[in-house]
Amino acid sequence: MDTVERPLPQKFLDWFAGRGWSLRPHQATLLEHGRAGHSALLIAPTGAGKTLAGFLPSLVELSQRPRWKPGTRRRGVHTLYISPLKALAVDIERNLERPIAEMGLNITIETRTGDTSASRRQRQKLIPPDILLTTPEQLALLIAGNDASVFFEDLRTVIFDELHALVTSKRGDLLALGLCRLRTLAPGLRTVGLSATVAEPDELRAWLMPQQGTDLVLSEVVTVTGGAKPEIRILEAGDAIPWAGHSARYAYADLLDVIAAHRMTLIFVNTRSQAELVFSELWQMNDDNLPLALHHGSLDVGQRRKVEAAMADGRLRAVVATSTLDLGIDWGDVDLVVHIGAPKGASRLAQRIGRANHRMDEPSRAILVPANRFEVLECKAALDANYLGAQDTPPIRAGTLDVLAQHILGRAVAGPFRADDLYAEVTSAYGYRHLDRDSFDKVVDLVATGGYALRTYERYAKIKLTADGTWRLTHPRFAQGYRLNVGTIIESPMLKVRLGGRARGSGPVMGGRVLGEVEEYFCEQMAVGDTFMLAGEVLRFEGIRETEVIVSRAKAQDPRIPVYAGGKFPLSTFLAAGVRRMISNPEEWRSLPGPVREWLELQRQFSRLPRENELLAETFPEGDRHYLVLYPFEGRLAHQTLGMLLTRRLERFGVGPLGFVATDYALGIWCLHDVGAAFATGRLPLSKLLDPDMLGDDLEAWMAESYLLKRTFKACAMISGLVEKNAIGAEKTGRQLTVSTDLIYDVLREHEPDHILLRATWADASSGLLDLHRLSDMLSRITGHIVHKRLDRISPLAVPIMLELGRERISGAAEEDILAAVMDTGLAAAMR
Amino acid sequence: MTGLAAVASEREETSGVLTRDGLVNLNGAAVRFDAAGVLHWPDEDLLVVADLHFEKGSARAARGAFVPPYDTRATIAALEGVVKRLAPRRVIALGDSFHDERAESRLAPIDLDRLAALVASVEWIWLEGNHDPLPPSTVGGTCLKELAIDPLCFRHEPRAGRQRGEVAGHLHPAAKVGRVRSVRRRAFVTDGARCILPAFGAYTGGLNVRDKAYAGLFEKSRLIAWMMSDGRLFPVRAGDLLSD
Repeated sequence: MDTVERPLPQKFLDWFAGRGWSLRPHQATLLEHGRAGHSALLIAPTGAGKTLAGFLPSLVELSQRPRWKPGTRRRGVHTLYISPLKALAVDIERNLERPIAEMGLNITIETRTGDTSASRRQRQKLIPPDILLTTPEQLALLIAGNDASVFFEDLRTVIFDELHALVTSKRGDLLALGLCRLRTLAPGLRTVGLSATVAEPDELRAWLMPQQGTDLVLSEVVTVTGGAKPEIRILEAGDAIPWAGHSARYAYADLLDVIAAHRMTLIFVNTRSQAELVFSELWQMNDDNLPLALHHGSLDVGQRRKVEAAMADGRLRAVVATSTLDLGIDWGDVDLVVHIGAPKGASRLAQRIGRANHRMDEPSRAILVPANRFEVLECKAALDANYLGAQDTPPIRAGTLDVLAQHILGRAVAGPFRADDLYAEVTSAYGYRHLDRDSFDKVVDLVATGGYALRTYERYAKIKLTADGTWRLTHPRFAQGYRLNVGTIIESPMLKVRLGGRARGSGPVMGGRVLGEVEEYFCEQMAVGDTFMLAGEVLRFEGIRETEVIVSRAKAQDPRIPVYAGGKFPLSTFLAAGVRRMISNPEEWRSLPGPVREWLELQRQFSRLPRENELLAETFPEGDRHYLVLYPFEGRLAHQTLGMLLTRRLERFGVGPLGFVATDYALGIWCLHDVGAAFATGRLPLSKLLDPDMLGDDLEAWMAESYLLKRTFKACAMISGLVEKNAIGAEKTGRQLTVSTDLIYDVLREHEPDHILLRATWADASSGLLDLHRLSDMLSRITGHIVHKRLDRISPLAVPIMLELGRERISGAAEEDILAAVMDTGLAAAMR
Repeated sequence: MTGLAAVASEREETSGVLTRDGLVNLNGAAVRFDAAGVLHWPDEDLLVVADLHFEKGSARAARGAFVPPYDTRATIAALEGVVKRLAPRRVIALGDSFHDERAESRLAPIDLDRLAALVASVEWIWLEGNHDPLPPSTVGGTCLKELAIDPLCFRHEPRAGRQRGEVAGHLHPAAKVGRVRSVRRRAFVTDGARCILPAFGAYTGGLNVRDKAYAGLFEKSRLIAWMMSDGRLFPVRAGDLLSD
């Protein structure tokens, strides 16, 4: 018997046979790559046994390793597994322990996450397990340890689970840099990436390999195709599809019937608040008392674990969830996935649908529930895309500099380093391969003293270039600071929500249990008595005590504080193109529900249907205002940016813009003067208004004062270690002593506008919050294809965005308007 | 007739707060809250500024947070601007002008020269603060613990209880408004009898006027926070102010 036919040791063969399994081709191929020491990317749909395939080479290798003899040197970690979620690591440990125990293998396996106790961590350092399961942040801490070189010297394999989800964020940058470090510590190591289907597999293959020179080095790739075609349909719920909104209330009665007809339904929504809303409404209509539950990241951990356990035991009929359940965790016997609202991206949809029927050979069943008419189009486009197997995962962007700064400090914490060595190491990462030496040195300088032209901080340097040519940490307390602040997830500090009593006299009554967590930002906008929704209940805000939000149960049914429910993921470029094509082509309307078809037909008669590559601009009066509605279909972020820029321009042309609202599909601007007339008479040519040159000076001017940039700067400043993360719980009176990042931003921009951190901020904002790339693509696409329709009243296509006006706050509203609304007008007038 | 009536009723509304020309009545003195964050008393040709906190940036840097080292420069520039515009005969800095006792020695030479020139251009009075109990030794000016100019009295830290005529700093007042989306800004706080000035320094944060540190200082029914935003002042009554 040759080894290609029989790649597995007898123990493994017996175990496979005992369960009636045979080695699948992709598992066999991965084993061969493992034996040859090749790195590999495994692309497979959910349910293909990805995890076992990834670990199998390590298990085989470890099972053939001679036993460790007491008295000899302790062996370090053999296989490192990195997952984006703590829960995933815990789950994998459970799943691996079974085959290890059943085969009687002498392999130790442990997890190390933020929840791991200090004593256990200590023990892991002394007696490393063979397989360690951990997260990107924990890896950063491990490699910053002064014992890292011993801990990792025997490392053979690093497995990255859900690689497609990890690499597109700053966490991915941190991880990529950590991997480079591991390669230096254990030169022989190989990587294994586990991924769902992605648009550009070569990016992931390159990510797994050390890069050098201009030609990309790619890992091996193993692709598992097929799996049964999913059965997806759009929920037919009569004639009631609303024009706008995100709740999909019209569909709940039908939804309960669907739940009753299945064993276990997973209901996905796009945001936390939407999850709360859907759950509470379903609960109220749930006359059959079906066991339903809620699962999202704001809920208390204990509560989440309970729901997960109930799911695994099959004690629930439906769970309403956000992305916390998105990634490959195996939770019981789900036979239907429902997606409320549009999925915003075809890949996201495929991933979520993969949750149903976690077996490759049976089709997954899914139902899409569009919440409004535009979403019907989007769901339809997503459905086509999923059938086509099209993918629209975002590309990997260049590595960020703030994360690099954090990594450099971590490197110094581990021990002295030479800049030349570290530069070579860092630029071997795919995302950092184009990083120039000058920028690298600037980031080192940023870590050392802040990197300012005014060199007054030399004496406080955190790291110093010493006589032997190495950079060294100047004081151990900076190592402590690094450990406390490691990580890239800083967006919004979370506050615990505790049930208490009504506020009386000096403050709220304390005492009850913890219901969950909310973002600090969310609380900042609340006043005592305001109501909001969490854990399926309407709660009354009573106040903040130290790090906790105190609430009481509210009698009201409707929360007063509205939360944006559209989701933070903008419509993907790919789906947008699908929606545009569908609108422009009546042939495709046949499969649409009646009301949506009629709506498009009306639009065709009354105004115009934008062609696939055309931008339609409608103007009409309504009340005492004049409206301009554009339909670029480029996603909310790009539209918001466009809105900011256009209102500036319209202001300059004297049209008197008053505000705007952006959705994923359209942009509506309202003005004091007749903007339609200005276009029609040629006083303000539409082509001039939408000229791509707006991305020059106008953008520059707006960015300078934009709060978006300040928020981005705050993140960069914290990740890079320029300021510490918000220490919530610091005494409130300490507030006057802290320096707000807004003030720092203003001062830095005025005195050193080309500082490296401002560069990093700009890069972040233009790719993230502003979606500049997309906006600029759109502007060049529509040049010469802009059509103006001057109407005497609102068009059918404009109705959804006009309805959003009443619902959403005006994105562009100056903060001064808020002040003006509450100020004492008599006094203010007299002061003029 | 009607025009006069309207003026009369407006007077009624704002009585006790405003005097002629939009000047604010502070314990009988006609003063102006300037949108740059200083108090101007035209009758005395006096400008008052609070909590400059020079070299706060370098104090942070010493603890490992390398915030941009330009705060002193920015604060001096803003101060120069307001002194030039209002051209007072006398300037009072209400204490905590230097972030700590060694702040003066950390001033960059160029900043030191510029500050000394500004101080020399008028009659400059440094009041003692808790951050800077020692008088500055290299920038000029007169150092005092506190100063009374009838009907007002200037000191760093507000005294407990009702202190008529007191003008102080120390607390860095800020106010917050807006229920759906909130705005938080530095503010002058006054009830017509006393006043606390916002902190002027480039890196100075704010303490909400609803904090317990302000308890008992003001007559709440007359309290107004003059919030600074975008080069303007927005007077807001106590009822609209939110806590953090």
